[in-house]
Amino acid sequence: MALVLTEEQSMLRDSARGLISDKAPVSHLRALRDARDATGFSRELWKAFAEMGFSGLLVPENFGGSALGAVEAGVVMEEIGRTLMPSPFLSTAVLAASALTRGGSEAQKAAHLPKISDGSLLAALAIDEGAKHRPLQTKLQAVRSGNGFRLSGAKAFVVDGHVADLLIVAARTGGSAGERNGLTLFLVDPKAKGLAVERTAMVDSHNAARIEFSNVEVNADHVLGEVDQGGALLEGVLNIGRGAVASEMVGLSEEVFGRTVTYLKERKQFGKLIGEFQALQHRAAELYIDIEITRAAVLKALQALDGDLDKAGAAVAVAKARAGTTATRAVQEGVQMHGGMGMTDQFDIGFFMKRARVCQELFGDSNYHADQLARMKSY
Amino acid sequence: MSDLDQFRRETRAWLEANCPPEMRKPMTSDADTFWGGRNAKFSSEPQRVWFERMRDKGWTVPDWPKEYGGGGLDRAEHKVLREEMAAMGARAPLSSFGIWMLGPALLKYGNEAQKKEHLPKIAAGLIRWCQGYSEPNAGSDLASLQTRAESDGDDFVITGQKIWTSYANYADWIFCLVRTDPTAKKHDGISFILFDMTSKGVTTKPILLISGASPFCETFFDGVRVPKSHVVGTVNRGWDVAKYLLQHERAMISGMGERGVGRPLGQIAADSVGTDEQGRLEDSMLRGQISTFEIDEAALSAAAERAVDLAKAGQSHPAFSSAMKYYGTELNKRRYEILMSAGGVDALEWESERSRGGARPRAWLRTKANSIEGGTSEVMLGIVAKRILDLPGA
Repeated sequence: MALVLTEEQSMLRDSARGLISDKAPVSHLRALRDARDATGFSRELWKAFAEMGFSGLLVPENFGGSALGAVEAGVVMEEIGRTLMPSPFLSTAVLAASALTRGGSEAQKAAHLPKISDGSLLAALAIDEGAKHRPLQTKLQAVRSGNGFRLSGAKAFVVDGHVADLLIVAARTGGSAGERNGLTLFLVDPKAKGLAVERTAMVDSHNAARIEFSNVEVNADHVLGEVDQGGALLEGVLNIGRGAVASEMVGLSEEVFGRTVTYLKERKQFGKLIGEFQALQHRAAELYIDIEITRAAVLKALQALDGDLDKAGAAVAVAKARAGTTATRAVQEGVQMHGGMGMTDQFDIGFFMKRARVCQELFGDSNYHADQLARMKSY
Repeated sequence: MSDLDQFRRETRAWLEANCPPEMRKPMTSDADTFWGGRNAKFSSEPQRVWFERMRDKGWTVPDWPKEYGGGGLDRAEHKVLREEMAAMGARAPLSSFGIWMLGPALLKYGNEAQKKEHLPKIAAGLIRWCQGYSEPNAGSDLASLQTRAESDGDDFVITGQKIWTSYANYADWIFCLVRTDPTAKKHDGISFILFDMTSKGVTTKPILLISGASPFCETFFDGVRVPKSHVVGTVNRGWDVAKYLLQHERAMISGMGERGVGRPLGQIAADSVGTDEQGRLEDSMLRGQISTFEIDEAALSAAAERAVDLAKAGQSHPAFSSAMKYYGTELNKRRYEILMSAGGVDALEWESERSRGGARPRAWLRTKANSIEGGTSEVMLGIVAKRILDLPGA
């Protein structure tokens, strides 16, 4: 498969870019932050996303979606990255839609997927428990009780957890921390008794929550996939999410870089445009090369995810690790080359730096994925 | 089944049937590379068999037109062939500057007589070429070259000196940049010319490098007489040809890190530094360096693939080969720093049989030239800054 976008994918990019740049430039995020908006994103825009068919991008056609793949999800995420638009696209349209499509029973799919497609259901994936992404270290306990389970424990960094109508929770039904066996995914109603959601305002003004579970009752038919065998399903869904976040970071990096190069061509010091200085030219060139190479690695991973999901692990680790280091470099150079202006809140560049830091942590940072790659290659 | 799937199936079957098992092993020394030429010798019978079978199919130059000895494959087919060869670890049957550098330039700028004369001989490995570009005072500033070509009837008479001429002492012919108009601005008085290295007045002198090898020569021209018909493209417009060829040279050098590497770095390191009970390298910092390296290597390989696909789609920037050259060569240097670190004291042996004559440290030292030859890393970054990013100045 050629490592470029197809014509249809390019058209999708153009329509996503049109909508997002028009309705949600960086000033949109800024306004939500300044207003301390309780939702943290625009429900009206999410409706527009649904009308454009973006919310059902990964949903099978018989449930109202367009049954597209990771490459298409990445195309939209990249555009989101360019303007830092806060949107439930990742949590709901990418992660939850993938989890339900891949692991759901017919009844579960029929109950939730059409609502994801039409934009009426928001869902969130609750995985992380500690400061770092370590899915196999899941400790949240699900103990059998009657016809179901009782969940106890805590989740952190649940993206869109504060507004979700449905939670997909990774819990331990067997095995011990560190093991893949014994993980089970549950569909949980956030209004269930014993469940407490705390919205956590994050550095990037995007949405996340901490969620406490204390003996939360869940019916057996709310198990997503097989009991004790959720590890593989979870890993597949996380890999799709990693590909999506890597795409967001590519969009973010390219946008920061574009703004920075423009500044190099405008700002004068010592009677010269600062872009004339070789010290800055070479750093800009290195960053450009970094971004182009990362873009290729990310597209490679997205195509691998659409090919054989179970074999995409290495390509995804490469993409997420590269995207993390590239975005980190892009935002740091962005602020540095903008000088004092880059440090001001009035200037947008700081928003990119904050979001890049969050994207690094989301589903494993560069170090995590470098370690994963070494494990996959047995050294 | 699409035509391309069909082609893939047939190609795989043909390669399986025709590539000798010995030619599917990673290359371990320069003798494993077949360079062709008038004085070419095969280092083994399988090397000869493999070369001849590929030559007869036109697959020493799979994407060149059939009329010039190529395989006539389109880009998609060529990609399939490369993928299938890579999948079985098949070696390149023929390596040559004729294939990597001169051929593409002749296909674009050569006249019909020149193409007919030279391309089939390159494809068949009959003539080995070298590149006369750098001079003692024209390195990064290549266009300031001073080798003179003076008009004398139907000939040019060439006098001057080249340096860093790779394998000039083994080459049959040279493609050479010469100054045909000393009064013009430096980029405007250069011509691109071809001549036989056995011509009267040509001498070569190998240069001993820090690796102990002499892959480069000083090359001297003392009144070498060359017919004017050997100029490729227009007289005094040789810089266009030179730049076009450099794009191919840079693409070639950026791909060096991918060729004939053999065992994965992690396994090589595991042998020398050992692993813990979980199978992880005992040296955790080295483990991190290796995996970070492999991430960048995989990303570069994706970028190389994408560059080909972008070119096919007509979306590539002509200066992008400079970006790839920069990254590929810096990465290859990193690979060898890791290999030296992984090898520790064992990798310091210079002469022993055990170390195959110090193969690793010699290869390590050789890689230091990667970011100098074909345009330094600094020149590459300058090209990216100016031609792609359009940054101001100079």
